Amino acid sequence: MRTLDVRRLGVVPYADGLALQQQLVDDRRNGRIGDTLLLLQHPHVLTIGVRKDGHQHVLATPERLEALGVEVHETGRGGDVTYHGPGQIVGYPILDLNPDRRDVHRYVRDLEDVMIRVCDGHGLTADRIAGRSGTWVMSPETGPEKIGAIGVRVSRWITSHGFAFNVNTDLTYFGLIVPCGISDRGVTSLQKATGRTHDLAAVEDQLVAAFADVFGRQPIHG
Amino acid sequence: MSTPVLMPQMGESIAEGTIVRWIKKVGDSVDRDEPLFEISTDKVDAEIPSPVAGVLLEITAREGETVPVNTPVATIGAPGSRPVAATAAPAAAASAPAATAAPMTSVDAPGPVATSAVTGGERQRSSPLVRRIAKEHQVDIARVPGTGANARVTKKDILSFIARGDMATVTAAPPPALAASAHTAAPVMRLAGDRVEPMSVMRRKIAEHMVVSKHTSAHVYSVFEINYSRVDHIRRTKKDEYEREGLKLTYTTFIAKALVDCLHRHPMLNASIDGANVVYRGSVNLGIAVALEHGLIVPVIKGAEQLSLMGLARAIEDIADRARAKKLNPEEVQGGTFTLTNPGNYGAQFGLPVINQPQVGILGVGTIEKRPVVIDDAIGIRLMGYLAMGFDHRLVDGAVADQFLADLKKSIEHFDPNQA
Repeated sequence: MRTLDVRRLGVVPYADGLALQQQLVDDRRNGRIGDTLLLLQHPHVLTIGVRKDGHQHVLATPERLEALGVEVHETGRGGDVTYHGPGQIVGYPILDLNPDRRDVHRYVRDLEDVMIRVCDGHGLTADRIAGRSGTWVMSPETGPEKIGAIGVRVSRWITSHGFAFNVNTDLTYFGLIVPCGISDRGVTSLQKATGRTHDLAAVEDQLVAAFADVFGRQPIHG
Repeated sequence: MSTPVLMPQMGESIAEGTIVRWIKKVGDSVDRDEPLFEISTDKVDAEIPSPVAGVLLEITAREGETVPVNTPVATIGAPGSRPVAATAAPAAAASAPAATAAPMTSVDAPGPVATSAVTGGERQRSSPLVRRIAKEHQVDIARVPGTGANARVTKKDILSFIARGDMATVTAAPPPALAASAHTAAPVMRLAGDRVEPMSVMRRKIAEHMVVSKHTSAHVYSVFEINYSRVDHIRRTKKDEYEREGLKLTYTTFIAKALVDCLHRHPMLNASIDGANVVYRGSVNLGIAVALEHGLIVPVIKGAEQLSLMGLARAIEDIADRARAKKLNPEEVQGGTFTLTNPGNYGAQFGLPVINQPQVGILGVGTIEKRPVVIDDAIGIRLMGYLAMGFDHRLVDGAVADQFLADLKKSIEHFDPNQA
């Protein structure tokens, strides 16, 4: 079984996370490291995917964002605009999808599966929605709400970027954007869906366990 | 020899990819496995490396274009070769490539995904069997789109290529969307007394846009009949007030206002399809078709959901006047999210307009006139007219469109006079 080097980095500024990923993608390609999963949190930041109209989905003015201390970054992942901030666990898997997992749709589905399993563990019904990637919690009152977002980059089958799972996220920050350009669906967090605050380290453990299971990897330093 | 670069298959269920960015330009040298372009499929962006070392001779799929997998998107020539346009100028340079074309052997060890070895003068993209079939049929293997690992040409690829019979001209087959504009029908037979004039740039653009739209969207239409009596009453009571502001309060103003509000409530109609994604627009940018002497232009009112009825009246008058005076800025005809057009001006009961790409809907206003209508089992005279909406069935189903139109009908027939 291939191993998975899990690194828990705590709070990392977005730009530093980006630089680290670039370095690790190179290292992974040259075989200097094995498959790696970074788990971290970002300070308040809006990130915009490579699609050119992502800016349209930022609803707040630059002045308002500055006043709130929210950075804006353009980034080379798929997907539209999203928000990262305290209380949200960001996972950046640096994996080589060669030779047996060379299917980017399957990869996205697998990441969704990881978050679905963690939701299951908390007694929540989570699922995918066709045509809208991410993990959605089925709320009887409001319909599906997004708990986990996905934006991925694949370079010669080495992955970067990844997923963002709302644990104790202050969801009002999503009001600054139309998440992933989807205007008619809400967002949620583990805290909102279960009615209590969660220990981030414990949820990280659950994510690592689910990730190892879905991807058939043996976690180390986990 | 040159090598086609194909849109790679990034997964079993993935049929196409969108080119997001070309990292290399035509004329640039590339190493094997050096990033060449970026594509986007669903939520994933991928950097695609060059299959061989050489020079990027030609890019056949532009940024933003979505093409099926295994479609050629570029051509890589031997190291030292030049793009056609570049060699055209200095005649002396044209003889140079022959000398430098040979040494492909210097290509390094294969990258992580490479399965084919490097032997002899060129990289083998095929098995000996495939090469023998190619030779027998005088097919240049480089022109055959490969579906095997690393775009390797399989036996099935070569056989189906030969079966299609388009050996010499594989790149000449245009994708469906472009087929129409590239389609040059047999020349029109000239008859006595004919006069031939070149089409204006605007005419050519309209022709191109209309045909591309018909080839892009699955057009479906739905028609609702609207009672404008209430709107007419409000219009007559408010007309003078608007005129004092130098504005005309027309039926179009009311329809535009109700339409913008409905688009805001029904995001599915204020959207675009982008590859495998749906882009729900953050605001309503209403395009209004304005007839010109020799054509048509569609200026756009941005952020129309933030305008009052009077604000809309002012915006419509402003862009229509400037459109006729040819004083629009280029950005004022871009970024529309839905279009309103008025085929009823000359008495048409309703028209079935063509969608303005990349939008998914267009509303055509039919002529408004007094008609006999049944009201509570009696016949009365009311001011009536048809609204016909063209919508893209790829995204919008009939039920969604009709709910939208029913909401629009209600909004017009019960227009709130306080909004005027």
